[in-house]
Amino acid sequence: MAKIKIDGKQFEVEAGKNLLDTCLELGFDIPHFCFHPALGSVGSCRLCAVKKYKDEEDSRGRIVMSCMEPVTDGLIISTHDEEEKTFRAEVVESLMTNHPHDCPVCDEGGECHLQDMTVMTGHNYRQFDFKKRTYQNQELGPFIKHEMNRCIQCYRCVRFYKDYAGGKDLNVFASNNRVYFGRFEDGTLENEFSGNLTEVCPTGVFTDKTAHKHFTRKWDLSNTPSVCTHCSLGCNTLAGERYGTLRRIRNRYHGDINGYFLCDRGRFGYEFVGSDNRIKEIWKQNGNREVVSSESLSEVLSGAFQEGHNMVGIGSPRASLEANYSLLSLVGTDHFYHGVSAHEYELTKMALDFMQNSGIQIPTLKQMETADVVLILGEDLVNTAPRMALAVRQAARHSMNKDAGAKKIPEWTELAVRDNQPVLSTQIYVATPKKDSLDDVIKQPFRGGYSEIAALASSVAALLDKNAPAADSEHKKLASDIAKALQNAENPLIISGVTCGDKEVLQSACNVAQALLNNDKKVMLGMIFPESNSTGLSLFPGKPLADLFASSEKKPVDTLVVLENDLYRRAETGQVNDFLLKCKQVIVLDQLQNETTVKADVVLPAAVFSESEGTLVNNEGRAQRFYKAIPDGENGQARESWLWLNELKEIKENGFEGWSSLDDVFQSMLNELPAFAALKGKFPDEGFRMLGRKIPRESFRYSGRTSIHARESVSESYPPEDFDSPFAFSMEGQQEDPPSSLITSYWSPGWNSVQATNKYLDKPNGDLKGGNPGIRIFPTAAKSKTSYFKLNGSKSNKGTGEWQLFPVYQIFGSEELSAAASSLSERIKEPFLLLHPDDARDAGIDESTAVQVEIKNEKLTLRVNFENSLPRKVAGVSLQLPGMPFVALPGSGKITKM
Amino acid sequence: MYSILRTLWLTFLHLFHKSETVEYPEVKPYLAPRYRGRIVLTRDSDMNERCVACNLCAAACPTDCISLQAAEGPDGRRYPEFFRINFSRCIFCGLCEEACPTYAIQLVPDFEMGEYDRQNLVYEKENLLISGQGKYPDYNFYKQAGVDMGVKKKGEGENEEKPVDTKTLLP
Repeated sequence: MAKIKIDGKQFEVEAGKNLLDTCLELGFDIPHFCFHPALGSVGSCRLCAVKKYKDEEDSRGRIVMSCMEPVTDGLIISTHDEEEKTFRAEVVESLMTNHPHDCPVCDEGGECHLQDMTVMTGHNYRQFDFKKRTYQNQELGPFIKHEMNRCIQCYRCVRFYKDYAGGKDLNVFASNNRVYFGRFEDGTLENEFSGNLTEVCPTGVFTDKTAHKHFTRKWDLSNTPSVCTHCSLGCNTLAGERYGTLRRIRNRYHGDINGYFLCDRGRFGYEFVGSDNRIKEIWKQNGNREVVSSESLSEVLSGAFQEGHNMVGIGSPRASLEANYSLLSLVGTDHFYHGVSAHEYELTKMALDFMQNSGIQIPTLKQMETADVVLILGEDLVNTAPRMALAVRQAARHSMNKDAGAKKIPEWTELAVRDNQPVLSTQIYVATPKKDSLDDVIKQPFRGGYSEIAALASSVAALLDKNAPAADSEHKKLASDIAKALQNAENPLIISGVTCGDKEVLQSACNVAQALLNNDKKVMLGMIFPESNSTGLSLFPGKPLADLFASSEKKPVDTLVVLENDLYRRAETGQVNDFLLKCKQVIVLDQLQNETTVKADVVLPAAVFSESEGTLVNNEGRAQRFYKAIPDGENGQARESWLWLNELKEIKENGFEGWSSLDDVFQSMLNELPAFAALKGKFPDEGFRMLGRKIPRESFRYSGRTSIHARESVSESYPPEDFDSPFAFSMEGQQEDPPSSLITSYWSPGWNSVQATNKYLDKPNGDLKGGNPGIRIFPTAAKSKTSYFKLNGSKSNKGTGEWQLFPVYQIFGSEELSAAASSLSERIKEPFLLLHPDDARDAGIDESTAVQVEIKNEKLTLRVNFENSLPRKVAGVSLQLPGMPFVALPGSGKITKM
Repeated sequence: MYSILRTLWLTFLHLFHKSETVEYPEVKPYLAPRYRGRIVLTRDSDMNERCVACNLCAAACPTDCISLQAAEGPDGRRYPEFFRINFSRCIFCGLCEEACPTYAIQLVPDFEMGEYDRQNLVYEKENLLISGQGKYPDYNFYKQAGVDMGVKKKGEGENEEKPVDTKTLLP
């Protein structure tokens, strides 16, 4: 700790941090551009100048850059001396000499860090009468708009894109007064985290192209806290609404998960809510399609719920806990099926069981950043859990900091840390079948089929603990390296997941963790699950789909209710066809049209994430609430799934009074399902008030209140009511200091831009004031109750002529909902097969030609892409891309030339 | 007593003064050009809409009676998809005109907007947009701004240098 004096006031703060960081933490408004809490200091903008005094007697002081000044005991500074104020105003004035007169047409206007800083430093009038520098812009793809004239050369974009996210195609060019930030030539920004440039850039150089299509200023958005539904990590987002439609998704800071950054799928995938494929009416389908009014729904469905009918419900790993519970309560526990394949069901249960009972540490993404040895088994992180890949990349940077720290270089001095050791000396081991986005920061890549990966992991486990089941790996040297590194690590992290789909890989990953646990080592295990609520669903009672298909052979299904689930993504086409034919009546609730809704007798339009409310459980078992951004009734007949299921239950049981709000559903879920007992009373319910008032979604500068609906009726009506959440669809209410899970916007006097986030944190890049949101559902066992998995040994496919096929996921396209987003569609590839060029030559297959792939009963026609990194006789099949049927992968299959 | 007589006398004298009453509507009063009356949206010298849908008027409006939505033309030019003023709420304070960075929104000397039906006081863009430049002729925002939105190319604005050659090595 250090005692410092700022503007004559004494503070006791942490020593060794930089002064700007400390001042921001203490709540001082120090103007700054190039400093970003997650990116460190480089001292390039000269705006954060403060005056430092030698001692109490010193009255003149000298100007220093606070971001480059370490906090030491006895430091005396002032932030409001005339000389430093003039200095800062002049810095902004010089930056503004070339900044164009663009604010009215700039998408950053109103949430611009440059605007804020200009006002804060007091440079009110421009005196520069000469010509301004101009640049040509670049076309940067479907996500990002480029307007280079607005640049103030703070270097934040390249520091994020290149150094933080590992992007290769954005850089700084030219010299002198002509410095240019962009690509070498026009083209799509390839990095999966490019969307963060819109928040990192302090001006409007990089702006959100998707939001531009329906642009709304920050103050006009009605914001609601939401949770990303496009992967299992559960990153926090802010959903912005205006005129009844979703306008944009922005990052909502979460100290344990996403921090300041989101991936592009999460940021831009929201556009599916406006897709042409949206279901907005109740359909009765019987060869032709008929629109049904809400009133006559009970008539249409009256036959479906008769006494003695065999009624079955299929839940969904992408629907909320409340929706799944409503279905379970409609059909009864014995008739509730998880809408996942038996394989996925088994793996998820297995992984969760290990996480709960092994006593292992389940890390948050923030904790992953502190790992010193990372072992990734089978998972292509950037495509299955993108934000986790970014966190692991930070683990690499972290080790760089540690090394610098040993040489007394503070870790926040970005450039010095990197110059100290330009080659990363990290201990990240990635064992995957094909090249990985993390390859540039890893110690040694390992490329092999899943059986080799499992064998490698098993021999690592055997080296760590003699009792672990051993396997024969051909890579003894690598195995012993990894084992040694893990053994000596302070904070080892093992990552695997259900998404890779291989039981052996998952089990051997658990065995490595178990071996470390048996050695009394602290170890973290990161698990990746396929969908946003896979974890939550697997805590429900119920059986997998295969059981339902089997039982329907004996006992035909009279009424089938499918909740937000496309069965054709879960089981083979023929199987689903047979099953659906056997069901007398099929009722499907979904948001987008898919093959299952085509086959349904009745389709009910379900609300999307931005129109509904519920709880999702992420990969670490953290339950988080998302809230509706859009009032009911804006999208035709679309309603929240639990409301539909509530209505079906009312039709079925005459006496059922129904749930009146989401809190009722939640309460009865807690009563009925003990797995969720930990959530009791943890979420603010509808009755939550601050100083007797609800929390407003709209900012206090929200405009157009008396005009928006004036076209329909000039008399103003009451704002829509929200009976399910602590929020109001209004600008009235208590806006200051909401609980951390209920933050609707980042704003503070003088800070209109997203940099205001720091005001909501206990310290920059720290935790949210009042704790990070979300509740861990399952307690982890204090002592390990698990034992080693016995492995069956790898099945060799040598000599059979069959190929080892593994699933290849794509960040854009492999997730069902976001694939319908219009901006993503440009980035979605056609279904493909990855082959090693040598293998292809042996088989006489050329690149980009179509081949036939035979996996079990499915025959697919796929286009061949060459991939040099693949091991021989191993091929990757793109999974879940639009147009791909379900195939059970990994497995073996035949590839034939067409 | 004196005061009463004086009052009567002064009142009597008014018989010979010029009348201040104007025979409205036959006679119209003089309204200065900067009188704050009905709100219009103007065009620039090329007869394109001046409004760039920046939302500042709506933000400045104390009665929140302006709402609009930005859209983009084929050449990238920003314009309001719809622009609505609810004159039954408007107090003619002129803050929208002050906030407007492009001189698009202007208050004109016309106050004769009475309606029997309040709904008729909701003006849409087609009611607001005039075919002239209003009080500030020859101002074109896009010539001052740095963006290329179909009006001028990069570097051809009134205060711009030619675009930087990023490949040159010269100082």
